[in-house]
Amino acid sequence: MNFSEVFKHTNQLCRVSPDGKYLATCVQYRLVVRDVSSLQILHLYTCLDQVTCMEWSSDSQFILCAMYKRALVQVWSLEQPDWHCKIDEGSAGLVSSRWSPDGRHILNTTEFHLRVTVWSLCSKSVSYIKYPKACQKGLDFSRDGRYVALAERRDCKDHVSVFVCDDWQLLRHFETDTQDLAGVEWSPNGCVLAVWDTCLEYRVLLYSLDGRLLSTYSAYEWCLGIKSIAWSASSQFLAIGSYDEKVRILNHITWKKLIEFEHPATVSNSKAVVYKEMERRHVGGCDDLTLHHQITLGGSLFNTQSKYEICPLPVQIPVVKPDSDRANPKVGISSMAFSVDSRYLATKNDNMPSCVWVWDIQRLRLLAVLEQTAPVRCFQWDPRRPRLALCTGSSKLYIWSPAGCISVPVPVEGSFPVQSLSWHSSGQALILLSKEHLCLCYLETEAERGDVASS
Amino acid sequence: MAAVLLVAPGSRKASNLQANLRSADRRELVASHGPRLTKYVPGSGRWARFRRFHRRHVSDTSGVHRDLCAEKPFIATCVALALRSPADSQLFSHPADTGDRWTPAMAESSLESSNMSCNSSRLMYPSRNHTHSSMPLSKQSYSVLSAFCSEGNIAQCISYINQEMSSLGFPALCNELDSGGDLKAVSVLNNMYELLQLHRRSLRALEELETEQLKSASHLEHLKLCNSRLKEQLEQSRRESTGLCERERQLQMKVKSLQNCLKNEKEEVQKLQNIISSRASQYNHDMKRKEREFSKLKERLNQLLIDKKDKRLAIEVLNYVGRSDGKRSLWKTGKTEARNEGEMYQTLLNDYESRQKELLVENAELKKVLQQMKKEMVSILSPRKHSQKGETIDDSLDLPGSENEEEVCDSSRETLELSCEHAREQLTNSIRQQWRRLKNHMEKLDNQASLVQNGSLGDNEVISRKSHEETVEKLKLEIQQCKDFIQTQQQLWQQQLSCPCDDETAALLNDCYMLEEKERLKEEWRLFDEQKKNFEKERRNFTEAAIRLGHERKAFEEDRAMWLKHQFLNMTPFLDRNKSQSALKSPEASEVTVAPESQYHNAFSTPKAAPAKIPSTADLYRTLRLLPDHGSPRSQPKNGNWQDSDVILSRDVSAKSGFLGAADCSIYSLVGTESSPN
Repeated sequence: MNFSEVFKHTNQLCRVSPDGKYLATCVQYRLVVRDVSSLQILHLYTCLDQVTCMEWSSDSQFILCAMYKRALVQVWSLEQPDWHCKIDEGSAGLVSSRWSPDGRHILNTTEFHLRVTVWSLCSKSVSYIKYPKACQKGLDFSRDGRYVALAERRDCKDHVSVFVCDDWQLLRHFETDTQDLAGVEWSPNGCVLAVWDTCLEYRVLLYSLDGRLLSTYSAYEWCLGIKSIAWSASSQFLAIGSYDEKVRILNHITWKKLIEFEHPATVSNSKAVVYKEMERRHVGGCDDLTLHHQITLGGSLFNTQSKYEICPLPVQIPVVKPDSDRANPKVGISSMAFSVDSRYLATKNDNMPSCVWVWDIQRLRLLAVLEQTAPVRCFQWDPRRPRLALCTGSSKLYIWSPAGCISVPVPVEGSFPVQSLSWHSSGQALILLSKEHLCLCYLETEAERGDVASS
Repeated sequence: MAAVLLVAPGSRKASNLQANLRSADRRELVASHGPRLTKYVPGSGRWARFRRFHRRHVSDTSGVHRDLCAEKPFIATCVALALRSPADSQLFSHPADTGDRWTPAMAESSLESSNMSCNSSRLMYPSRNHTHSSMPLSKQSYSVLSAFCSEGNIAQCISYINQEMSSLGFPALCNELDSGGDLKAVSVLNNMYELLQLHRRSLRALEELETEQLKSASHLEHLKLCNSRLKEQLEQSRRESTGLCERERQLQMKVKSLQNCLKNEKEEVQKLQNIISSRASQYNHDMKRKEREFSKLKERLNQLLIDKKDKRLAIEVLNYVGRSDGKRSLWKTGKTEARNEGEMYQTLLNDYESRQKELLVENAELKKVLQQMKKEMVSILSPRKHSQKGETIDDSLDLPGSENEEEVCDSSRETLELSCEHAREQLTNSIRQQWRRLKNHMEKLDNQASLVQNGSLGDNEVISRKSHEETVEKLKLEIQQCKDFIQTQQQLWQQQLSCPCDDETAALLNDCYMLEEKERLKEEWRLFDEQKKNFEKERRNFTEAAIRLGHERKAFEEDRAMWLKHQFLNMTPFLDRNKSQSALKSPEASEVTVAPESQYHNAFSTPKAAPAKIPSTADLYRTLRLLPDHGSPRSQPKNGNWQDSDVILSRDVSAKSGFLGAADCSIYSLVGTESSPN
């Protein structure tokens, strides 16, 4: 495992191009594009203001930089560095800006969700989509980039519009049976649209691409409902995380509940493995200090060593009691992610913030629990292999795979509290972000490992 | 009434006394003794009778008195009875024989006492009673007695006493006729005696009664105590009960209040629910209103933004770029719409198709598995069935089904691809059937296993094993015992050896050792003897064989001599022809059957008999120049050994040597070789 040197960034704006060749970072109002392999600066663009949002186009040709405060969007081309485009939303304001899947249109959402403006880079045409709904996830492109589903609110009723991304033609428009729609999400194969209601009502509606209601699922009533939703990559499972600290998995044929994963405070499942991160402070004797001190003076002086230990069951997991009289209580499943092969599901329960749960979908049971010493900030699956990277805001990187679990300190001068991370699309590198710095972590590929073994 | 009756004489007498003595305190005494008098009545023998009667009566009458009689001294009851009521008191006046006699007597006595009537046997007792009752009175008034009689009034006194006595039923003290007559000393003394007796008796009775009284008093005391205690208890329990009642009341009150509370709460809940629902509806309504306003505002804002012709709202592009797919954008027309629709349906169709394919594959796989399972089930179950065809009814019943299944199996395989409804049904049915059978079988096996475990199954193997174990156990025990025995022996030996011993014991020990040696020697001797015996036997055998050989040789020599003689004698063939021909037939016929048996029994005798004929035949052959090979091998063993073997001997050397060897070896082997040609 190798680590690159550290670069600066602001606003956590650091993206790898979809083709995996370039790394774009924003530092204040500057946009820096580097080569991923050499980390040499290829281009340097200067924006009009501090960038709040940055995004690559799907063909890795253009980079969008949005400055919400000034309602401005600037687009830069990689092929033609002197090409530029500036979109000004004017007095309407700007709250969100994103590429359309074809990489030639930009969708801007104005303030108060008045409308969605679709700007084209190919022609002068501008389209407006009215009545977009301000909610958790009101807009979702299907994975093949052909359709976009948009949640709308008209006459105090929820509607969903499906547009064809090619020509922004309305394909379907239907009313949904929801109190207050909270989000829409396409299945990876783009044929089923999952629509879920606000957290006050537990309700998931599944619509076919042609607007037919396929199924409705509701686990319970009255209590706070759905908190998050995740499709498996095979579109076979729909995981629903809710405020009752459970994950329910629906199957794609009957759309009935397949299984319910609980997140108990005491793990007593004999087949699960509980990895507990044990911190080891560097407490050496006086003699130790004299020599060792000088050697390790470099950077890891304040760092603590940590390692995983397998706890004998049953294990008591630390639970944070949520404040019940405040809105959006910190309880329930807030984030879930299926591995790329749909075999594993990683979940995080908000009132057990230091734990990540890994479930085996093939056997439908708990596989592992990773108990960290600090609250988990972010976890993400490798886009190629079933391995999970997570960070806790400490200067360590944690990786779980079915074979085991490791913790790697980031060997950087000074501390490098990893706030978030993202995988390179090849699965061979990780981008680690601290508050102001970023660092690339190169993982050994099989070929390299083979070389090492032979030499 | 009875009491009145009884007291009456007393009172009468008291009145007499009153009249006579005029003593206030005496009167008092009488008054005080009045009740006692009644008590004294039963002192006499008549009293006993009364008691008897009373007892009887009481047993007859109501149970109210029964317990009283049983518990308390009788006198008290009597008095109580007497005092109680007329009905009760009638007991005394109206009863059967005794009472009958008694009451009138009482009446009489009361009447006659004034008249000084004559003393009748009937009056006797009651009157005596009265006297008796007056006894303490007289005793009391001893001091007064001095004043009663003086020199001057002796006669009066006498008459008075006499009168009194007679009135009390005693014989007269003096002759009535001569009023101033002398006292009859005898009768006076008798009376005196009688009075004394009475007095004593009464005293005794008094004592008894007093003790009775004491007893009853103590009893009463005890009862009172009991009573008070019980009362206390009663009081206490009453108090407790009232306390409990109070508590119960309080609890009930509490329950009531709680129920009220509950009711109130329920009402509250209902109210709150209503409030919530009303608020929710209100909220929803307001929300809708606000949302409408909001949307109106949005609309307005939108309108304003559009109307304003915001100059800033623009896009600045250096030059437009081409589409990512390189195509030019198309106009929005109906055609594109239709195309989009078509594409959408295409995607959906593709998805469904792929899903169907997946399902098909899955189904096919499952079916395959099902088929395989079925086949395996059939293969597992069928041999068992064949072996136990007639064993259970179930199996035999299932048999036709299984035959059907074979067909089904084939047919379903044919229709597998078609996944025909009918075939599927059949398949599942057959699988189910097989499965049921398998389950039954498994259950049966389970039962067997459990039976075996319980040991209730009469399995040979199990029993043998058990017995095996038992025997092993027994043997082990035996071994252990033996070992113990040996050890103890060894220990004893050790002790024997270790302990200091005198010469005698040493000698004994030596002897012991010698004994062992002797024993061994004896054993050897025995072996030696045995060997010797064996040798003797063999030798005897040898000698016997030698003797036999000698005999045989002798016989042979004899035969030979005879034969030579015969030959010498029958030199002329003419004479011999007829003889030999007849002989040729007869011996053959007879000896075919006889010879083999006789060979053994008279191995030495036959040669003697045979030579007379057989040499002649041999000679005949020879003389006839016939080939000896034809006849001799057959006839030879039948007819005899020695002369024929000689014939052979002359021709075949090897055979002869074989014979000789055999003869040398032993008689048994000889017999063996003899029998072998046969």
